[in-house]
Amino acid sequence: MTEWLNVILQGVLIGGLYAMFAAGLSLIFGVMRLVNIAHGDLIVLAAYVALMVTQTLGLDPLTSLLLVVPAMAIIGYALQRLLLNRTLGDDLLPPLLVTFGLSIIIQNGLLELFTADSRKLQAGAVETMTYQIGTGIWVGLLPFIQFVVAVAVIAALQVLFYRTALGRAFRATSDDQSVAQLMGLDTRHVFAMAMALSLAVVAIAGVFLAVRSNFDPAIGPARLIFGFEAVIIGGLGSMWGTLAGGVILGVSQAIGAQIDPGWQLLAGHIVFLIILAVRPQGLFPKVSG
Amino acid sequence: MSEQGRYRVEHATRSSRIGVGLIVIVLLALALAPFWGDRQMLRLLAELLTFVALASLWNLLAGYAGLVSVGQQAFVGLGGYLLFAMVILGGVHPIAAIFIAGPIAALVSIPVAALTFRLRGAYFAIGTWVVAEVFRLLASQVSVLGGGSGISLPAAAVIAMAPTRQAREFEIYWLALALTVMVLAAIVALLRSRHGLALTAIRDNEVAAQSNGIDVTRVKLIVYVLTAFGTAMIGALIFLMKLRISPDTAFSVNDWTAFVIFITVIGGIGRIEGPIVGTIIFFFMRQTLSDLGSLYLLIMGAVAIVVMLWAPKGLWGLIAERYGWQALPLQRQLVFDDDARRASDKRA
Repeated sequence: MTEWLNVILQGVLIGGLYAMFAAGLSLIFGVMRLVNIAHGDLIVLAAYVALMVTQTLGLDPLTSLLLVVPAMAIIGYALQRLLLNRTLGDDLLPPLLVTFGLSIIIQNGLLELFTADSRKLQAGAVETMTYQIGTGIWVGLLPFIQFVVAVAVIAALQVLFYRTALGRAFRATSDDQSVAQLMGLDTRHVFAMAMALSLAVVAIAGVFLAVRSNFDPAIGPARLIFGFEAVIIGGLGSMWGTLAGGVILGVSQAIGAQIDPGWQLLAGHIVFLIILAVRPQGLFPKVSG
Repeated sequence: MSEQGRYRVEHATRSSRIGVGLIVIVLLALALAPFWGDRQMLRLLAELLTFVALASLWNLLAGYAGLVSVGQQAFVGLGGYLLFAMVILGGVHPIAAIFIAGPIAALVSIPVAALTFRLRGAYFAIGTWVVAEVFRLLASQVSVLGGGSGISLPAAAVIAMAPTRQAREFEIYWLALALTVMVLAAIVALLRSRHGLALTAIRDNEVAAQSNGIDVTRVKLIVYVLTAFGTAMIGALIFLMKLRISPDTAFSVNDWTAFVIFITVIGGIGRIEGPIVGTIIFFFMRQTLSDLGSLYLLIMGAVAIVVMLWAPKGLWGLIAERYGWQALPLQRQLVFDDDARRASDKRA
């Protein structure tokens, strides 16, 4: 019994990471109906940026966030302004294919620069610290911090969306782009800010991913799929929904892995497909795709 | 419409007559390739033909039906695994297995479509990818077919195809040529049919097509199932050529989807000639840039982005629009019988 409680608890904690993968994806879909196929590769890119920062400056991975987050946000702004804004329109293909091309470019660029060796960020003592919270139930400090950060990120996005001028601009552009433009909003800038914010979240997710497990240039697409599954399970456009989606995905994978290690990923995908079959709008839907 | 009412719909234009003539000559040359090409050349041509077929099928799906899938590797891998399963477990002749793999994959694609069609646009794309991942993970659970590390085709089954290595290579090459021609012919026939007109309408404007009474979802489903059929047959052929299969090679997103998408985009999406032109460019780039390793993929990605942004209709699209060429007679135009001149060069 306690064994299963442990498994579920670990699943919930990893679910926080998946929720962060999903939040960035959900944010830009909500604002500009863009699905970024390169999202997972950008998470891996953030991990490598953090690797360079920690190695050259000797910083702790969590402190490196102070540099990695702004760096990724700037990359996101530039990417949207220079490339992705050109692809937006009625046609579905250009954004899809351009971000797909981008995904291939990032993967192979990282492969060229850092080789296929797997890397990991060392966070020191934080990594191994665990606390007993009940008989036989243990929580690692790092997974716990990661989950708290995920909840904080999603709460912050929620506040930003509904309480700030930028959030109002996001919602206005999301509702009706041309009217937003008539009201004096520069949608190119609004979109670029959304992408900057998305990649800021990606940066946090990337650093936690890199501390938690090994990474190499090829693991991006799987992260995109986890994020995407969390978005669809939670329901499109709902920030708290992505947290629920991430947790459900994390718990499914943990239970699958407990039954048979080969079933970890499969269990997550199957739960996703079941939810798609019985409740295609997700658990907490807000906008229709 | 003329007062006399004597007109007919014609597909052919002057360029398509020249095009068909050229195609016949190229096909003849390809059919005789075993007599003029060496072993290396035959391998390259067979691989090129399979990519023409895969890209043409993806083009039908994405370019005409608007179903942008990044999960077609699901059906390539399924076809490959079906062939290996039938040959190893059932003792079926490999060539027969290719033709059985198609209908089975078509059946499998129906429930897949039932699920993924619930997702719109780009989310559909990622949904198809999830399905391909599920197929890959399931394949690695099947221990009789080698599990995660894969399996080779037994030598006895290979020798049963033809006694000598040369005869086998000729046989497989001709098979690749025949299958590719069949796939292309089926696509052309589909596009010239009533459904083809509906598909072209959907490609140009989905809402307008629907308002003209086209059952868009049904047409899309038909195309999805037919594409799965063809893709699985080509997948079976590809792994018959490779003689070895593993989950990672069979369900590789790079090999069977990324390349196929680049080929179609660079050649010209939504045009039958696009994938053919694209495959030739792709193989040319691959032969010249392959020394660069992963940089070559990076360049492919960049070229695809540049083409998508500045020439979204691809290379063939540029040519076709500039000169009004079409290599295959697909467009419809009215020709008045009492009027010797061709009615107009505009699309019907």
